[in-house]
Amino acid sequence: MEFRTPIKQARGLGASHHGAAHWWVQRLTAIGMVPLMLWLVTGIAANAGGGYLDTISWLGSPFNAVLMVLVFGVLFYHAALGLQVVLEDYVSHKGVRLALVIAVRFLAIALATAAILAVVRIAFFADLRTAFGG
Amino acid sequence: MSTDSRPLSPHLQVYRLPFTALTSISHRISGVLLSAGSLVLVYWVVAAAAGEQAYRTAAAILGSLPVQLLMFAWTFVLFYHLCNGIRHLVWDAGYGFELETAKRSGQMAIGGAAVLTLIAWLIAIF
Repeated sequence: MEFRTPIKQARGLGASHHGAAHWWVQRLTAIGMVPLMLWLVTGIAANAGGGYLDTISWLGSPFNAVLMVLVFGVLFYHAALGLQVVLEDYVSHKGVRLALVIAVRFLAIALATAAILAVVRIAFFADLRTAFGG
Repeated sequence: MSTDSRPLSPHLQVYRLPFTALTSISHRISGVLLSAGSLVLVYWVVAAAAGEQAYRTAAAILGSLPVQLLMFAWTFVLFYHLCNGIRHLVWDAGYGFELETAKRSGQMAIGGAAVLTLIAWLIAIF
C-alpha cells in the first residue's frame, strides 16, 4: 500500500527552474576561457625560459595576477563540470560514480585554492619587493 | 511498449566511427587530458610562490626535453579543445548541423588548433 503522493517521489530528483544550470555554467566558463587561455598561452610562451625573477615579476603584476586568479577559478570550475559529465556517462556503479564526482569536485576546489593563494602570495611579495627596494 | 524497432546505437567494436564522431570523442578525451595537464600549471605557480629554489627545481623539470615534448602535445590538445569548443558553442546557438558543414567545421577546428600551436611555439622559441 502506497500512502505517499506522487510529488513525494519526484522531490529531490530533479530541479525545477535550475535544470539547465550545469549546462549553462559549463558554457559560461567555456566562453570565459577562450580569451583567458589565449592570453595565458601567449603570456607563458613569451616568458618561457625566463628566470625566477622574470617569472615572479610577470605573475606578480596586478594585471597578470588578476587574470591568473580568474584562469584558475574558471578552469577548475569548467574541469569539474566536464569531468562530472564524463563520470556520469561511463561509470555505471552508482556508489562509485557518486564518490568519484565528489572527489573530483573536492580536488578541483583544493587545486584552485592552492593555485590562487600562490598567485596572491606572489602578487603581494612582488609588491613588497618594490616597496622595500629589493 | 515494443522497443524492437528502435534504431540501435553503433556497436563500438565493429563500427568505424565517422569523422564527426571522432571529433566528438576527441573533445571529451582532450578535456580529460587538459584536466590532468592543469596539475602542471598549478605546480609551476605554486613552485614560483614557494621561492627561488623550488622554482629552479620546477623549471629544470618543466624545461627538460621529454616534458617540453609533452607540453607541445598539450598545447595542441588545448587549442583543439578550444577550437572544437567554439564549434560546440555554435551548435548550442542552433547553427551548423548540416553534415557537410559539421565536417568542414571539424576540419577547421583541427587546422585552427595546428596553426595556433605553431604560433604559440614560435613565440616561445623566438
